Amino acid sequence: MKAVVHVFLKPGVLDVQGKAVESALNGLGFSAVSNVRVGRAITLDFAGDDVPAAKAEVATMCERLLANPVIESYRVEVET
Amino acid sequence: MRAAVIVFPGSNCDRDCKVALERSVGARVEMVWHQEVDLPGGLDLVVLPGGFAYGDYLRCGAMAALSPIMAGVRKAAARGVAVAGICNGFQVLCEAGLLPGALLRNAGLKYVCTHVDLEIVNLQTRFTSAFGARRSAVMTVGNGEGNFFADDATLDRLEGEGQVVFRYRKNPNGSARNIAGIVDQSGNVLGLMPHPDRAFETALGSSDGAMVFQSVMQSVMATA
Repeated sequence: MKAVVHVFLKPGVLDVQGKAVESALNGLGFSAVSNVRVGRAITLDFAGDDVPAAKAEVATMCERLLANPVIESYRVEVET
Repeated sequence: MRAAVIVFPGSNCDRDCKVALERSVGARVEMVWHQEVDLPGGLDLVVLPGGFAYGDYLRCGAMAALSPIMAGVRKAAARGVAVAGICNGFQVLCEAGLLPGALLRNAGLKYVCTHVDLEIVNLQTRFTSAFGARRSAVMTVGNGEGNFFADDATLDRLEGEGQVVFRYRKNPNGSARNIAGIVDQSGNVLGLMPHPDRAFETALGSSDGAMVFQSVMQSVMATA
């Protein structure tokens, strides 16, 4: 199985990187752009074929290491 | 006084901390590699130094927080040994859950390296008692991710319980409520972004940082 973890700063936590990218995009003339958030995607291979169990385990990985729950939220996708 | 400085791969203020401790309080300082499982016995202070432990991979402090030595640091703090995390060390303590909150990218996006005027908010801690009645100190910061963040309830609690120890008089990085340094609920664990280890004698521009280490020494003598 392959898992993808998306980690972003929580809404309400200032994403200065996103702000900088947003103003750069606006500067390039993409004036319709707002609310840019920069996050991180982590991909990993996972042994077995039990998708719900894998999802739960990857969520635990997020709580313990891949994300910092104080400032970040995460989303897990698992596919066989 | 006996102190240990933890050395992570990527620490770069470890020797500064050793020299600062030797010169400001005459401490006997051992350097402890992060792969050690136990700290030396009889310690009075453990310092987690500044730098870029594990290259700040994933998040600053995240990998270091899982180093084997952190179990020893946790036990030492629970025993009442003073633990101080400076700059990257502060980030590690937050990631390890020994201190609340987290350090975000600086609001101005830039690495900030400058002298900072600090207000000493709580003079009653074991890290600030040597300041006497002085409410001000000058140290330096050097960080890209020194922007302290915690949710409002946590910030209220930190302020209400005297856990905010240092505040910036002019906020260099967007830190919530101008917070530069905090202690945990027990008062044994300090995290601060400014470097007392870069301000421990006048030749460095300020000797105010020495008083942080002198405070710890006083607290150790008082309980001896």
